[in-house]
Amino acid sequence: MYSEKVMDHFNNPRNVGEIENPSGVGTVGNAKCGDIMRMYLDIDENGIIQEAKFKTFGCGAAVATSSMATELVKGKTVQQALEVTNKAVMEALDGLPPVKVHCSLLAEEAIHAALWDYAEKNHIQIEGLERPVNDIAEKEEAPEEVY
Amino acid sequence: MSKLIYLDNAATTQVYPEVLDAMQPFFTEYYGNPSSIYSFAGESKRAVDAARSTMAEFLNTTPEEIYFTGGGSESDNWALKATALAYKDKGKHIITSKIEHHAILHTCEYLEKEGYEVTYLDVDENGLVSLEELEAAIRPDTILISIMFANNEIGTIEPIAEIGEIAKKHGVLFHTDAVQAFGHVPIDVQEMNIDMLSASGHKINGPKGIGLMYIRKGIKIGSFIHGGAQERHRRAGTHNVPGIVGFAKAAELAKRDMDKRMKYETQLRDYYISRVEKEIPYAKLNGDRVKRLPNNTNFCFRFIEGESMLILLDQKGICASSGSACTSGSLDPSHVLLAIGLPHEIAHGSLRVTLSEKTTKEDIDYTVDELKKIIERLRSMSPLYEDFVKKQEAGQKLA
Repeated sequence: MYSEKVMDHFNNPRNVGEIENPSGVGTVGNAKCGDIMRMYLDIDENGIIQEAKFKTFGCGAAVATSSMATELVKGKTVQQALEVTNKAVMEALDGLPPVKVHCSLLAEEAIHAALWDYAEKNHIQIEGLERPVNDIAEKEEAPEEVY
Repeated sequence: MSKLIYLDNAATTQVYPEVLDAMQPFFTEYYGNPSSIYSFAGESKRAVDAARSTMAEFLNTTPEEIYFTGGGSESDNWALKATALAYKDKGKHIITSKIEHHAILHTCEYLEKEGYEVTYLDVDENGLVSLEELEAAIRPDTILISIMFANNEIGTIEPIAEIGEIAKKHGVLFHTDAVQAFGHVPIDVQEMNIDMLSASGHKINGPKGIGLMYIRKGIKIGSFIHGGAQERHRRAGTHNVPGIVGFAKAAELAKRDMDKRMKYETQLRDYYISRVEKEIPYAKLNGDRVKRLPNNTNFCFRFIEGESMLILLDQKGICASSGSACTSGSLDPSHVLLAIGLPHEIAHGSLRVTLSEKTTKEDIDYTVDELKKIIERLRSMSPLYEDFVKKQEAGQKLA
C-alpha cells in the first residue's frame, strides 16, 4: 500500500521530538479523525530554519509526511518553507494512496501553524501565510479522560 | 517473512488439512452436478445431503431447514430483504442493533430507502443489547428482529435465547447473524427460538465463499437468488459441492472439539488480557469480560493510532486488526467502538487480536512483548501523550 520511501520515513522517522523554547510551534489536525501533528521550529535571526522536530498521532502516512516535512523545511528560509506544499511532501515520498492525501495536507498545515506562531511571537507578518484552518493550538485541550 | 503469528481469526481462518482432504475429490473426481439425473452425479448429491444433515444436527434442526448460500453476507442480505418483501403487508418495521456487521447495517439502510423503518438499538458499554429496550421497540408493524449472536469486533455475546423468547412472545420473526459464533460456541435454534440464522464457512477453518442460512419451517420468505430449482427452489445456482463438503467437515470438527477448544482459547484469551492490563498502561479492554467469544480480545491503547500499530506488528510477523479510521477507509473509527461509548480519538487506537486453537502461549508472550515496545515507541512520538504527561507533571507540582 505504501511506497518504500513512506515505509522508510515511518520506520525511521527523522526529527522526532520536541524543541525547548522553539521559535514557533504549531499543532494541527483533529483527534476525532485520527491525525494530529505538532511541529517545532528553531529559526535563527536571519530567518533560516535551523531545526525542525515533530510529534504525530496518526497512521503510517501521517508519521511519514510529518517526517518528510521536517526534512524539507530544515535549512530553508521562512519564505522557502512556505513553498513546501503538500504536493512537495507527497512527491518527496514517491506518492501516497489517495485516501492518505489528507495527511500531506496536514503536514503542510503543520508547517504553516508553526510559522504562524513564530510570526505572532515576533510580531511580524509573513507574506502569503494564513492561519491554518486546522490549527488547534489555541483551542480547548483534549477531551475528558474516560479511564 | 520468516515468522508468522496469525491473530486475525475473526477475519478468516486457515482451512484445516482434513477439510481440504474432504473437499478434494469433489473437484476432479466427483465433479458431477448434484442436480443431474445420472448415477455419476449421485456422489455429489449424497455429499450435499450429508453435509446438510451435519449442519442440521449441529444447530438442532432438520435438513429441510438448512439452505447453503455463497457466504455470511448473502445470508444476511437474504434474511433481511426477503423478510421485508414477504411480510410487507404485515408491516415495514425492523429492529436491529447499532453494532451489527455492515452486511446487516447497510442492508437496513437500503431497506430504509425502500420505505422500511428500522430501529437501531443502542448497546451498553460492554456491547450488550438491552432486553427492555428491545421489547419496548416492538410495534404492531414490526416484522423482524435481527440481532447478531456475537460481535465480530469486540466479541460480546448477545442474550440470544432471551431475545428469541421476546420475539416469540410478540409473534415477530427473529434472525441472528451468527457468522462469528457458529462453530465457536453452542447454538441450538430450538432452545433459543431462532427463526433464521446466518453462518459462514471460512470463520471455522472451512473454505471461503460458502455459507448457510437456517430458515425455520413455515417462514414464507422467497428467493434472493433467482434461477434454478436448487435448495428447495429457494436459492438458485449450481451447488458449490466442494465448498459445502468442506463447510460441513469444518462444522463436524468444530463440534467434535468445541468444549476443548473453548476451554483452551478462553484460557489463552484471559492470559493475553491479563498481561496487557498488567504491563501496558492506559489500555482498556473493549467488550464484555465474560459474555465474550473465547477467541476474541479487543483493546484500546490511548494516545496512539491503530494503523501505525498494525504496520509495526506486521513487521514482527504478527497479523492483527484495528477499528481505526485508517483501516476502514473512512474518517470515522469503528461504529461498534463508537456505539459502546468510546470517544473518537480513543477508538482510533484499537487493536483486535483473535486467537485460534493453534495459537500458543509463546505466540501470546511474543506478541505482548512486541506490542509493549511498539506502543511505547508510538507514544513517544504522540503529541497527545506529550500533552498528557505534561498535564500530569503540572498536576503533581500543584499537589
